[in-house]
Amino acid sequence: MSAGVDLDAVSADFGKFRAVDRVNVSIQPGEFFSFLGPSGCGKTTILRMVSGFITPSEGAVRIGGQDMRTIRPNQRPTALIFQNLALFPLMPVWENIAFGLEVRGIDKQVRRRKAEELLRLVDLPDSADKAIAQLSGGQKQRVAIARALAVEPKVMLLDEPLSALDLKLRQHMRAELRTIQKRTNVTFIYITHDQGEALAMSDRVGVMSQGRLQQVGVPQEIYNHPANGFVASFVGENNIFAGKPGAADKGLARFETDRGSFTARLGPGVSSQTPCKLYVRPEHARLTAEAASGNAIAVEIADVAFEGNFATIQARDSDGRMLMVETRNDGAASLPATGRKMNFVFDAERALILADDVPAHGRAA
Amino acid sequence: MNELLRRYGMPLTALFSVLTAFWLLILVILPYIYLFEESFRPYLPVTEVGGPNDTYSLNNYLAAFKQPSDWKLWLPLAWQPLIMPVQAPIHVQVFVHTILFSSLTTVLAFVLTYPIAYYLAKIANPKNVPVLFLLLLVPMWVSEILRAFAWFIILALKGPVNYGLIGLGVIADPIRWMTGYNSVILGLIYVYLLFMLLPVYNAVQSLDTNQIEAAEDLGSPWWRTHWRVILPHAKPGIASGSVTVFMLAAGSILVPTLLASTNSRWFTEVIYQWMFESQDWNTGSAYAFMLMILCTVFVSVVMRLFKVKLSDIAK
Repeated sequence: MSAGVDLDAVSADFGKFRAVDRVNVSIQPGEFFSFLGPSGCGKTTILRMVSGFITPSEGAVRIGGQDMRTIRPNQRPTALIFQNLALFPLMPVWENIAFGLEVRGIDKQVRRRKAEELLRLVDLPDSADKAIAQLSGGQKQRVAIARALAVEPKVMLLDEPLSALDLKLRQHMRAELRTIQKRTNVTFIYITHDQGEALAMSDRVGVMSQGRLQQVGVPQEIYNHPANGFVASFVGENNIFAGKPGAADKGLARFETDRGSFTARLGPGVSSQTPCKLYVRPEHARLTAEAASGNAIAVEIADVAFEGNFATIQARDSDGRMLMVETRNDGAASLPATGRKMNFVFDAERALILADDVPAHGRAA
Repeated sequence: MNELLRRYGMPLTALFSVLTAFWLLILVILPYIYLFEESFRPYLPVTEVGGPNDTYSLNNYLAAFKQPSDWKLWLPLAWQPLIMPVQAPIHVQVFVHTILFSSLTTVLAFVLTYPIAYYLAKIANPKNVPVLFLLLLVPMWVSEILRAFAWFIILALKGPVNYGLIGLGVIADPIRWMTGYNSVILGLIYVYLLFMLLPVYNAVQSLDTNQIEAAEDLGSPWWRTHWRVILPHAKPGIASGSVTVFMLAAGSILVPTLLASTNSRWFTEVIYQWMFESQDWNTGSAYAFMLMILCTVFVSVVMRLFKVKLSDIAK
C-alpha cells in the first residue's frame, strides 16, 4: 500500500526567516520523488513537515488525501530515514528492525520472523543478532531501510541517506534503493543535493532554491528544459552569457550580448522586459577551425582535459573569459592543441534564454 | 610517565610525582592503615597499650552484633513504627536502616532529577540552559549545614509548612513531620540532588536527538521512547549518579544529625558516638570499615543486578 502526498501552499517560518515558501506539489502514490537543491534551500524542512516534526506555518500537508495537521509523527503512515540513520546502537540488528512492531504490541516470535524476512529483502541475511557497531556503512544503510519498511509505511522519507557513503557504495545503493522502491511500491520522497542521484533514481524531481520550488518535472525535462536560470545552472554545467533579448519569432529570439548578437530559444515566460541570460550546455557547443556564420565566438584553446569517454575543453575568448566545450570521444577525431585559435559555435535550438528569477528568501508575512 | 618527562623535564616531573605520592601515601593511605590496625586492637587505658592485653582480635567488629532487641522499622510517612517479627542487635538495625533509606534517597533523587535532566538536555532552549543551571547551583554555594538546617525550620511543628497548610485549610492541627526518617531522607535528597542531576544530564545530553525522533517516527509513544532508547543510553550516567548519591547519603553525618527525629539513627552517628563520646577509636574504626566494606559490596551487587560495568561509570 502506498499513498500520495499533497503539499498545498506549504510554508515554514522560523522566527522571521521563511525556510519554505508556499510549496505546491502533488506526489503520486508509488512515485519516487526527489527534492533537489543546495543546502539551506528548505528541502529538509519539507521532509520534516511531512514526517510531522515541524508544523507548517501555512498551508496543508495531506497524505493519502488526509490532512495531517493534528497528527503526531508517531501516528503518521510515514517512515523517515535520517541522514545519520539514527539506528539504536544498544539494540541488536533485529530489534532495531522490529522496534516499530514492538511498539505496536506484536509478539516477539512474529517480530523476529518479520525482521529476518526484511533482512533477506535488503540482502543482509544472518545479521539479525549482530550489534550495530559491527556493521559497515552500507550494511547500516540497509538496516535503516529495513527498519523503516518494517512498519509498512505508505510513504518513505529519505534525508540524504547516501551522503556518508563512498562513491562506489553510493552508486550501488542508488540502484538498490530504486529496486526496493519498485518491489515494495511505496511512495519515496528523497532529499538530496546531488543532481546525479536525483536524476538517476527519480520518477520526478523538484528543484528547490531559497525555500521555493523552482521546477517540477521528469529528469529529462529538468535537464533539457530548465524553467529558469537557477535550475539550468544547478543541474549540469552551462556557459552563461549576460545580455538582453530582442525580437522573437517562432520561439527563437535575438540575444544581444557584449560578445555579439546570438539567436536562441526563448525560455518559459521570458519577454524583452525580463532579466535573463543565455545558457549553452558544454555538450551542445562545438569548436570549429574555420570561421562560421550564426552563433560563433572566436576563441583560443586554453586547456584540454581528456576523461576517456569524453573530453572537456576550456577556451578563452578575446576578453579572457572562459568557455567550456564537452566532446564525446568517438575514437577517431583528434583533440585540438592548446593555444590553437578556433570558433566556439552553438545551435540556436540548443541555446536557451532563461529568466534569472530566483526569488530571495522572503520574510514571514 | 615518559610523556611527562619529555614535556616538563626531570625536576618538574620529580616534583609532580613526589607531591602525588605524598598526597596519596601520607594523607590517604597511611591514616587508613593506622585506623585499620587500630580496629583490631582493644580499647585500653594508656598504661596498658602495648602490654599483654593489647592483642589482635575481631572483638571490635563483633561488638555490632550484641544487644538484640525488637526491630522497629520507621517507614517514611508512617506515624507508627512497623514492628518486625524478628529481634536483631540494635546496631545491625541501624545499619540496615541506613542502607535501606540511603537506597530510597537514591531512587527518589533519580525520580526527581530525571525529568529535570531530560528537560535541560533535550527540551529547554540551549540559550537558557546556563541560566537554569546557575539557578540550580546557587543553593549549593551555601554550606551543607545551613541547607540542612533550613529544612529543620521549614518542617518544624510551628514552621512554614504547617502554618501554610493550616492557613489553606488542608489540615486542622499541625503535623509532626520530623518523625522516623522522614526529615532525614528529605534532607539527604535535597543536599545531594545535584550529584544525581549532573551525570544524568550529561548522559541524556550525549544522546543524538535523531534517535528520539527515530523512535517517535516508528510509532513509539513517549514512555516507550524513554524506556527503550533514552534510559538505556543514560544508564552509565544514572549508575554513576546513583553510586555517588548512595555513598554520600550512607556516609553523611550532618544531615542525619541535624534533621534527626527521636526515632532516627544513622550508622555514621553510631561511629561518631564510639569515637567522640566513648573515646573508643578502636571500635569506631571497626564500625567505619564495616560501613565502607558493606556499602561497597552492596553497590557492587546492585551494579551486577542492573548489568552496569565499572568501566561504564568511569566514562
